[in-house]
Amino acid sequence: MGYQLSKQQAAEMFQKLSKTYDLFAPVRKKGEGCFSDTDVIRYEKVSSPEEIAWEAKSDYSFKEALLPINETLFYFTEDETLVPKAPAKARLVFLRSCDLHGVKRLDEIYLKNGYEDYYYARIRTQTKFVLMGCPSSCQSGFCVSMGTNRSDEYDAYLKPAGEVLYADFHCPQLEAYAAETGAAQAGVTPDYVTENHEKVTLPKKLSNESFSNKIWEEYGNRCIGCGRCNFVCPTCTCFTMQDIFYRDNEKNGERRRVWASCQVDGYTDMAGGLSFRKSQGDRFRFKVMHKIYDYEKRFGYPMCVGCGRCDDVCPEYISYANCVNRLAKEEEAHEE
Amino acid sequence: MGLDINTKKAKKNAFRISKERGMGASRIRVPGGYLNAEILGMVQEIAQTYGNGIVHLTTRQGFEIEGIRLEDMDEINQKLQPIIEMLEINQTDPGSGYPASGTRNISACIGNNVCPFANYNTARLAKRIEKEVFPNDLHFKIACTGCANDCAKVRLHDFGIMGMTMPQYDPSRCVSCQACIKGCKSLSVDALRMENDKIIRDTEKCVGCGVCITKCPTRALTRSKKKYYKLTLMGRTGKRNPRLGKDFLVWADEENIIRIILNTYRFVKEYISPNAPGGKEHIGYIIDRVGFEEYKKWALDGVELMPETILNECLYWDGIHFDNKGK
Repeated sequence: MGYQLSKQQAAEMFQKLSKTYDLFAPVRKKGEGCFSDTDVIRYEKVSSPEEIAWEAKSDYSFKEALLPINETLFYFTEDETLVPKAPAKARLVFLRSCDLHGVKRLDEIYLKNGYEDYYYARIRTQTKFVLMGCPSSCQSGFCVSMGTNRSDEYDAYLKPAGEVLYADFHCPQLEAYAAETGAAQAGVTPDYVTENHEKVTLPKKLSNESFSNKIWEEYGNRCIGCGRCNFVCPTCTCFTMQDIFYRDNEKNGERRRVWASCQVDGYTDMAGGLSFRKSQGDRFRFKVMHKIYDYEKRFGYPMCVGCGRCDDVCPEYISYANCVNRLAKEEEAHEE
Repeated sequence: MGLDINTKKAKKNAFRISKERGMGASRIRVPGGYLNAEILGMVQEIAQTYGNGIVHLTTRQGFEIEGIRLEDMDEINQKLQPIIEMLEINQTDPGSGYPASGTRNISACIGNNVCPFANYNTARLAKRIEKEVFPNDLHFKIACTGCANDCAKVRLHDFGIMGMTMPQYDPSRCVSCQACIKGCKSLSVDALRMENDKIIRDTEKCVGCGVCITKCPTRALTRSKKKYYKLTLMGRTGKRNPRLGKDFLVWADEENIIRIILNTYRFVKEYISPNAPGGKEHIGYIIDRVGFEEYKKWALDGVELMPETILNECLYWDGIHFDNKGK
């Protein structure tokens, strides 16, 4: 059911929601971008609609709301371990359609891929999603190509328009918060785009030869291995483990898991000193193949949701989208 | 009829008396070297109408229109008026050109309008300082640079203003990728290390260049909300004792730097040698004569530094001495 909330009603709804939920939404952090006097839009707790960056795609995806960048798995003493408690509040995560499709990918990896991940599951089961519409396409996204431009899997949909906030609900519990404010009912359907500036064609079939395509070396020579593409990606799920021994008493400490990047040195390091994919080109190939081939082979649909963030963030102007298009073109030519 | 020109007045009016008899050059100051391209057309017009069609891009980021006839100075001043107004140069008498030339154009690197490394808008600060100090006949050289790279070579100026940022570290966003450590080591001063998979910054070493921040892939390292500056003092070129400016204030703020510059004008007025040729004596030589302690007293008048600002109490300059050989 849809509603039209006045500014006051919206504020009241957010206030009440904040009592039950931690609201995670994209926020424009002024001056916290990479360069002086530039902003970054990333996820943070909010308590009012005004704090949310509705106007642009976030630079970093929603995933840190479900999968903290650093997460302590347990604390240890000499003879005991202690698992930290789950967050006290349930979560509401504000995201766009591409990212909502990203949630499916995270779930696939952390919940349905063998053992369920305890830490992810305990946050995820308490999380509801609020869709933010896209009235027009962002510059780099290719959600239409990836079929992620629409989603009905939301619990709520919110859209600010001037002094009012439109809302639509699939989740009756959340709907109650809007109804309580006495907001008028209205027909509300989510905004979504039907065409992007960027269009991507996935290769229909990748030949074995594509493994040694010159493309990888070319991009490898340009890549600086910073890992930004992975860290902004809503579907990258890799982490690494860190055991920390507290300085004042090294018999105590904690085990953390921390986001990892397949582009950054150390990703393939193994005990005994072995290391694979040493060249940046090999790493880049691995990443692209994982997004468009390996994952699909296993789960039946491509991993990439086409948000375009990796293209936006790359300091070396490497375009994943263009790379995939080049691959598709070459493979097509190869077929013929 | 012979040319009867007051060359002292002409020079103060920002004209150069050139090698060639009767000829000169018109100097246009461009604070921060930052200008609307429209001005280029105006400069071109003056150069082609009154000069020999050649313009020199000066070392202080101004224009010098060469080959002008000294008797055309008044007319040229009229033509300079729209340029002076567009660049918002302080002026006493419209149409009369530049009211002074002793305090030189405030130069600046390109700054954070464009450069990824710059820590502030150098053009904006250069314009602000220009507004505060110009016109003035005293010989002051001031320059602004965006970061410790010092592309503007501010250490060769009486006052060098170098942008700094205080890295803000959020360990909960840090993935231990060490891009900041590698960046600091290869591009800056090697002030970062890792302990327990988190970054430790050696605050004594850190020069606030911001390289670590540009390298961080997760925004674990960000810039401080406050903009910080390093103020270097009394660098100079010259025949006697060229030397690099020394750090006076580190992690300083804009307001206090401007106060110190204005205080220095008062100091110079008090102590400049009455025999200084053309009323021009480098501040550094005045400080050498009067002593740094006395200068400091004047410079810091009314200055209340922020708690994080480091003040270097004693400055000693070295550099090459050409003036005491054989003494």
